[in-house]
Amino acid sequence: MNLMWICLLHLLLMLGLPPLLVGIIGRVKATVAGRRGAPLLQPYRDLLRLLRKGAVYSTTTTWIFRAGPIVTLAATVVAGCLLPFGNAHAPLAFEGDLVVFAYLLGLGRFMTMAAALDTGSSFEGMGASREAAVGALAEPAIFLVLATLVVATQHLSLATIFGSLSATATSSPALLLCGAALGAVLLAENARIPIDDPTTHLELTMLHEVMVLDHSGPDLALIEYGSAVKLFVTSALFVGVLLPRALLHPLGVVLGVTAVAVVIGLVESVMARLRLPRVKQFLIGATALAAVALAAQLFAPGAV
Amino acid sequence: MSGADFLLAALIVVALYMVSTSRLAACVRASALQGVILALLPLALEWSEGPRPPSVHVAVLALGALGIKAITIPWLLRRSMREARVRREVEPMASLHTSILAAAGLVGLAFWLGREMVSPFPVASPMLVPAAIANVLLGFLLVVARRQAITQVVGYLVLENGVFVFGLGLAGQQPIVVELSVLLDVLVGVFVMGITINHISQTFDHVDTTALASLRE
Repeated sequence: MNLMWICLLHLLLMLGLPPLLVGIIGRVKATVAGRRGAPLLQPYRDLLRLLRKGAVYSTTTTWIFRAGPIVTLAATVVAGCLLPFGNAHAPLAFEGDLVVFAYLLGLGRFMTMAAALDTGSSFEGMGASREAAVGALAEPAIFLVLATLVVATQHLSLATIFGSLSATATSSPALLLCGAALGAVLLAENARIPIDDPTTHLELTMLHEVMVLDHSGPDLALIEYGSAVKLFVTSALFVGVLLPRALLHPLGVVLGVTAVAVVIGLVESVMARLRLPRVKQFLIGATALAAVALAAQLFAPGAV
Repeated sequence: MSGADFLLAALIVVALYMVSTSRLAACVRASALQGVILALLPLALEWSEGPRPPSVHVAVLALGALGIKAITIPWLLRRSMREARVRREVEPMASLHTSILAAAGLVGLAFWLGREMVSPFPVASPMLVPAAIANVLLGFLLVVARRQAITQVVGYLVLENGVFVFGLGLAGQQPIVVELSVLLDVLVGVFVMGITINHISQTFDHVDTTALASLRE
């Protein structure tokens, strides 16, 4: 397979697959609850339906409100381009791109919050402040995980990191700890139970959903699609840390993220949302795990 | 890279969990889990030297750890928890967030110390010394940062588990009598502490140890 085809396949996977993951999570939750559930392709139909509708804009809002969903989606897609899906080639790769990866996700989060604040609604401001708190607590965990990967492989680019991880491909305690920390971050970043309940209907209990209440039509479609892409990208990163070999082959990526979606569905079925003060503790715990992983990698490298 | 490394990492993670939870029942359950891990550890260390059936020394050690640390002590603790009617740690000395961050720092310190300290004998796993020090430090943290007498007992157990792991590194060098007597000492210690907890709760109607520091007529 030459490089161009790999990149095309990468984009195709990253842009085509995400709504299916959302469908799978919904299906798993429905099955566990004893219902039949929506068809797996329902998220695609929802997106098409939203895209055909018109958008309503409040007179309080400015261009920031309109730019929010677009920038968020674009930042997430570019972040996804930094991850390698096959033969250790990513469409975009350069030294130090893992910092860009983390902050592209941060940029997406920032623009969603800015758009929420732009509506002038107090509910959305509350949601934005909660989202900022979760983001600020998740960030150290992500960076400690990335630092552990850098120390483990002595590379600074995500593509070469996963390339050399899968070349040596033995699991180690440090990588497992990284995986656990990343799993917690995955749930937090994607506003999933136990951090946030994506299907809740009361604004006071929402973290992420409350920020997008004022978006409608195509904007809402972009937001839903953007969060699905984010789910896909962060799941792929999670799979890459736990099973580096899976990132080598496109089929491995598909199977890996599908498995992650099923696990998220199961987690959502059996767990309740944490109280807000406990969310802090959950994420600080993830940071502590990542710190232990880094310490193990730095000071006991023989274990790897 | 062997199974022992994963067990040692799990030991650290379980200790971290104990530091981060406020429920006493979860704490006691976690200490039982540490007991199970400690029972598996000598077997895994022996196995990493070559697949063969465990020697009598190692088998007795594993069974002793399982019986005392994973079954008897948790049972005693749960019993005194029921007697004293305490369920969770209210207002620990240091907040749970602070304790988790402090714990992460202590584990980092333990790994650093593990690298700096030169062992006079070959160590079976590079994780062994760091895991031992980390458990000792986290045990201290639990004893110092919590009010409830039961959590302090659990902290003492975590500390002792760290010492036990240290001892496993020397398992070939020391006679089994030493290790077994240590195990029994711990059992007696917890027994005595359980009785003390009962007396504290009967005298004061709670087991908050800070009250013991103030004098009374």
